[in-house]
Amino acid sequence: MHRPDVLIIGGGTAALCAAIAARRAGASVLLAEAAPRTLRGGNTRHSRNLRFMHESSTPLSSGIYPEQDFRSDLDRATGASGDPALSQLLVRASADATDWLSEAGVHFQPTAGGLLPVSRRTAFLLGGGMSMLNALYTTAERLGVEIRYGCAVGDLRIGAQRLEQVQLMEDGAGHWIEPRASVACCGGAQANRDWLRRHWDSAADGFLNRGTPFATGGVLESLFAQGARRVGDPTTAYLVAVDARSPADDGGIVTRIRCMPSGIVVDRHGRRFRDEGGDTASTRYAVWGQRLAHCPDQIAYLILDARALRSAPPSLYPPIQADSLASLAERLKLPPSVLAATLADYNAATEPGEDAQDPVGWHTRDLDPPKTAYALPLTELPFAAYPMRPGITFTYEGVAVDRYARVLREDGDAIPNLFAAGMIMAPNIVPRGYVSGLALTIGIVFGRIAGIEAARHALQ
Amino acid sequence: MHSSEHRDEARRVLGICDACGYCNGFCDLFEAARRRPALGDGDLAHLANLCHACRNCLYACQYAPPHVFAVNVPRTLTTLRQDTYVEHAWPKWLALLLEHSRLSTLIVTLVATGIMIALILAYAPPDALFDRHLGAGAFYRVLPWGAMAAIGAIPLAWSCLAIGIGLHRYWRRIRTAPVPLTTRALADAMRDVVLLRNLRGGGPGCNDLDDRLSHARRRLHQTLAGGVLLSFTATLVATLYHHTFGWEAPYPILSLPVMLGALGGIAMTLGALGFLWLKQREDPEPTAPEARRSGAAILGLLLWVALTGLALLIWRASAAMGLLLALHLGSVLALFLLLPYSKLVHAGYRFLSLLIEAMEQQHKRAK
Repeated sequence: MHRPDVLIIGGGTAALCAAIAARRAGASVLLAEAAPRTLRGGNTRHSRNLRFMHESSTPLSSGIYPEQDFRSDLDRATGASGDPALSQLLVRASADATDWLSEAGVHFQPTAGGLLPVSRRTAFLLGGGMSMLNALYTTAERLGVEIRYGCAVGDLRIGAQRLEQVQLMEDGAGHWIEPRASVACCGGAQANRDWLRRHWDSAADGFLNRGTPFATGGVLESLFAQGARRVGDPTTAYLVAVDARSPADDGGIVTRIRCMPSGIVVDRHGRRFRDEGGDTASTRYAVWGQRLAHCPDQIAYLILDARALRSAPPSLYPPIQADSLASLAERLKLPPSVLAATLADYNAATEPGEDAQDPVGWHTRDLDPPKTAYALPLTELPFAAYPMRPGITFTYEGVAVDRYARVLREDGDAIPNLFAAGMIMAPNIVPRGYVSGLALTIGIVFGRIAGIEAARHALQ
Repeated sequence: MHSSEHRDEARRVLGICDACGYCNGFCDLFEAARRRPALGDGDLAHLANLCHACRNCLYACQYAPPHVFAVNVPRTLTTLRQDTYVEHAWPKWLALLLEHSRLSTLIVTLVATGIMIALILAYAPPDALFDRHLGAGAFYRVLPWGAMAAIGAIPLAWSCLAIGIGLHRYWRRIRTAPVPLTTRALADAMRDVVLLRNLRGGGPGCNDLDDRLSHARRRLHQTLAGGVLLSFTATLVATLYHHTFGWEAPYPILSLPVMLGALGGIAMTLGALGFLWLKQREDPEPTAPEARRSGAAILGLLLWVALTGLALLIWRASAAMGLLLALHLGSVLALFLLLPYSKLVHAGYRFLSLLIEAMEQQHKRAK
């Protein structure tokens, strides 16, 4: 029976960092990636930047980001619901994440080019996550990590003492192996419709999965079934508003709909339900994702007029346009009279702020729900619409780990040869909320820790 | 597919790029595309020629095949670029040389070589072709200088005219924004040509062969282009020697024309062989079959020019000189004739697109 020192389950950032770290520590490493080579890398495929503390200036960001700032940003986003010790470990260990990646062949995009969003908190990968994956896979191969694509983990056998066996599924057939240590880096269950239906009921059918179709949560379920402790909340998920016409999986960054403040959002009955001007920070993506999840049939329509459309950012699909509101309603299959009344009520209620030239000041009077900013009347033909659905990015349920990234049992004991890194254990740190660039940082920091610790255990 | 379908595909693909933007650190293309959201035909022609076909954006693409969006920017723009060569060819019917690059290169080379042999035979008795000729003016006993200069200069002048007309039309088509042409922009564009800044993947290099990065394509290009320039300079110096000083070829090994020519020939040989090796090994996914064919055709011709030139240098004192001279002059004649109707035409279009890009960047900085 094949017996690697360390088995890495997964193929994204956490998996590669764990594999490289374990191999460098002297262990023989087998990496089992469920996806074929062309779709390797989990949701790292869609990522672009990582959050890192740095107390001196760096060409990779526009200013310093001290430990306290990172901690307080994290606490604010999560309502301080994350494990404090692991959060602190993450923040401190993030300090050398970019150096470690650079040394492993990853390239960053310096801010000096002036082509990046200004961010002192995150470093941007040159070419995004796919480029990082290419570099890390090349490095892992060069170091002698054995990589198997199309190789999923079917099941695990955890005994009283340790993880005993792991079942690898290749070409439709399963076989059991006995790695000395294993690292689970295979993400959450957001691509698993049955799993989503269990927690969201029929609403799950209205969700689109923004990321890899391979995040099916089989390993997560197997771990729970054998007594691993749960963290986070299975009934919540990080959702953003995406174009309803997007593919069911893997739509990534381009499917987002971002310009709600420019228009009005109506549900499938043609009625407004939220203040579209209330959220203008980047957090609005997630706010609208949650709102859409609670809409009838999980769908809503952003209605714009020609003027608003001119200010909209580029979109994946062209907006649905029509020369009259009635024909727009027809194309969207919305009740025309309700939509007309909604728009008429809205337009009648709009009024400028102190400076009529400044769109921010425009708001509605005596309208429920109100629109508190950017409430310009929508009158210029043609009208346009983007249909929107909630796009699931990740789920807030994972396995509990200790500071060595070892998986914990219900009673709090660590399984000595089973480790977890990346989004499968991210809910230890973010049981709710999110800050940009955090997923990669968790993958890098805990991937490295898990790899080193797994190698140490295997070589004992 | 027709070129209008190629343009529709480019609009679809660049629309996705516009919403994504992850690749904007690799080269100038993606920001240039963002500056022209309408993506009119002229915009697309400009962007297609601004693309240096470095491939990084395919390897970095989360939407590359087998993803359902099937985004392949380098292939899409390469196809479109081939279309712009055809669309701007003058006279129009000679665009068929571009469309059948391998066959046309072969035929033009054979015909040109045949003409040279015929000229030599017409000028000198048949055995002169295989006689040894030594000392000053040896070449011209096989073919007189005037004839040699004329069969070089006339096709070259024709080609310059044809390229000039194509470039003029192209320039009018891509200059869609009222941005001033400045010497600074011109200098920036020249620097971008010398450094091939857009073929560096933002610094670390390009996916020349596979998912690893290298600078092979950039270095091979400059080796080849440098070799061509050195060889051309050698010819100019020799012309100067002949005209101004009355010194007749062949020149000694340590003379400037021979040194420049030999160095140029060696650089061309290495560059062309390296490129051909790269084309054998490279992933064909980021490029288009017609571009691979036209690339290989012109590399073959450049290699033939270099090898016949080097052979002429080595065996110029032997009885083979007459034949080698005919082969070399035939290859050069073919090269001159094909300048506007082969892959070589990319140089002008790309330079103009780099110039527009430099103008726009300077304009943006000044604002």
